[in-house]
Amino acid sequence: MLSPQTEEPILTEEIIEEELEPTDLEEAVDNVERAVPAIEFRDVYLAFDDKIILDGVSFTVRRGETKVILGRSGGGKSTTIRLILGLLKPDAGQILIDGEDITDYSEVEMMEVRKKIGMVFQEGALFDSLSVYDNVAYRLHEQRVDEEEVEKEVRRMLKFVDLEDAIDKMPAELSGGMRRRVGIARALVGDPQIVMFDEPTAGLDPPTARTICELAIKLRDLEDVSSIFVTHEMKNVEYLSSEHATVNEEGEVVFEMEGEELCLINTEIIMLREGKIIFSGKDEELLASKNPYIQKFMRGK
Amino acid sequence: MNPLKKFLFELQEITTLIVHAFIGLFKKPYYLVDLVKQMDIIGVGSLPIVLLTGFFTGGVLILQTFPTLAYYGIQNEAGRSVSTSLIRELGPVLSALMVSGRIGSAISAELGSMVVSQQIDAMRALGTDPNRKLVAPRILALVLMLPFLTVAADIFGIIGGGIVASGLFNQSFDTFLTSVRNGITIEDIIGGLIKPLFFGLIIGSISCHKGLSTTGGTVGVGRSTTSAVVLSSIVVIIFDFFLSKAIQTILDVKPI
Ligand SMILES: Nc1ncnc2c1ncn2[C@@H]1O[C@H](COP(=O)(O)OP(=O)(O)OP(=O)(O)O)[C@@H](O)[C@H]1O
Ligand SMILES: [Mg+2]
Repeated sequence: MLSPQTEEPILTEEIIEEELEPTDLEEAVDNVERAVPAIEFRDVYLAFDDKIILDGVSFTVRRGETKVILGRSGGGKSTTIRLILGLLKPDAGQILIDGEDITDYSEVEMMEVRKKIGMVFQEGALFDSLSVYDNVAYRLHEQRVDEEEVEKEVRRMLKFVDLEDAIDKMPAELSGGMRRRVGIARALVGDPQIVMFDEPTAGLDPPTARTICELAIKLRDLEDVSSIFVTHEMKNVEYLSSEHATVNEEGEVVFEMEGEELCLINTEIIMLREGKIIFSGKDEELLASKNPYIQKFMRGK
Repeated sequence: MNPLKKFLFELQEITTLIVHAFIGLFKKPYYLVDLVKQMDIIGVGSLPIVLLTGFFTGGVLILQTFPTLAYYGIQNEAGRSVSTSLIRELGPVLSALMVSGRIGSAISAELGSMVVSQQIDAMRALGTDPNRKLVAPRILALVLMLPFLTVAADIFGIIGGGIVASGLFNQSFDTFLTSVRNGITIEDIIGGLIKPLFFGLIIGSISCHKGLSTTGGTVGVGRSTTSAVVLSSIVVIIFDFFLSKAIQTILDVKPI
């Protein structure tokens, strides 16, 4: 259309200007950042006394990805999570969070890293001496946030886990499932970008277990949270790896099944056995696996 | 591990605990609310048992020594004898023992059950250093409150002694008090206040250490509670001897 001789310089200028648009720049930076995995294990070894728990474990959790960790009881799943939080140190190997090597971090340095991680403990680990409100508000109270804001945030989180009525109760007055959900609310305060669930559905009725899986799916698809989801239950794996959360026109969250037009790429499964990763991949691959151990794990016999 | 190695290892652990707690006191965030709460539990909460202990100890001292003093014709010095032994020795040591039984056990049981129910891990995961949030306020509260408790025990002991002297041995309360006043020296008072500072540190650090190093579930909590009380009581008594000697030397206390 235009003659290149005369128009070219103007065009380039325009392009440069366009390239410098803040949104584009942010996106570019974002893309670079996204390439760095949220969690990375590099050949991690850990033994208690002479019992080897992790024997050269390597895996990565990308941003916005959910990693399901399967494995027998006592297989080292909780230990893996404790390593990520720096509650334990590996005997060898490296652990990286957001590209930062935390292996040799001191307790003081770990405190900064832990700020971006939310942790749901296997047994809830609620503070017995604090009410539900104070448990959920714990992190904010520690950061000396304004009480008004704290209350707003606590109510929002308790609504998220559907426990608004329990706000003034003490942990001893709650059922196991309620404690677990308070634990989830406490972990999610402050919108951490990495969340770890240690068997969050163990011992819960199927609808409540489903609610917790939905929660994890929402965090993954709507909040772009990276997470580790430890579980024994194949039902959870099915939910997490075949459903996708979106917001419809009415502003409601709906769950779509994976199918012809939708294929989930942000959930992967790893299986631990005797300290080694014996499987890593998608749910379809897990189901198709010929490994007798894996087949037995899935069917229970 | 052989016993000596184990002992040295534990000593090292306790020392690092104290150092970390101490350093933590000067860094933000400050746990002032926790400190005040602990001071209330430890100070106000222990007051009744410490007062009772002091009162009856003073009473029994007079009960046992008055006849002997009367035999030598120096019963007018009864107040001096009871106040000196209370302020120098019995007040600090007995208060410390009572507090280690009541508070030391409570601290190690509380921290121990927080360990086994993963609450300590949860606290660390939420970005709080348990040394600063839990250990420092407890040790500091003990160090601050034990001297007050000791003074209260001393005063009630003297009152108890006075009541026994006047009630059972017909000595006028005035004579008794005059003797008390003549007997107390400033060195005794300073010495009697320095001791509880150290005892508070001993009880606090041993109980916190035992609680935090709990292993083996609820059984372990019982074990660490017992060893916290036993160990801190013994260390208090042993330390008392050396502290007394040091105070005598430094303050140049006269024997009588
Ligand atoms: N502090 C410890 N000291 C010694 N051994 C430990 C310690 N913590 C865990 N273990 C051992 O490490 C192994 C792995 O424990 P871990 O808690 O990681 O298992 P898990 O996979 O989470 O099991 P579950 O599904 O039952 O929760 C277990 O055999 C356990 O006995
Ligand atoms: Mg576990």
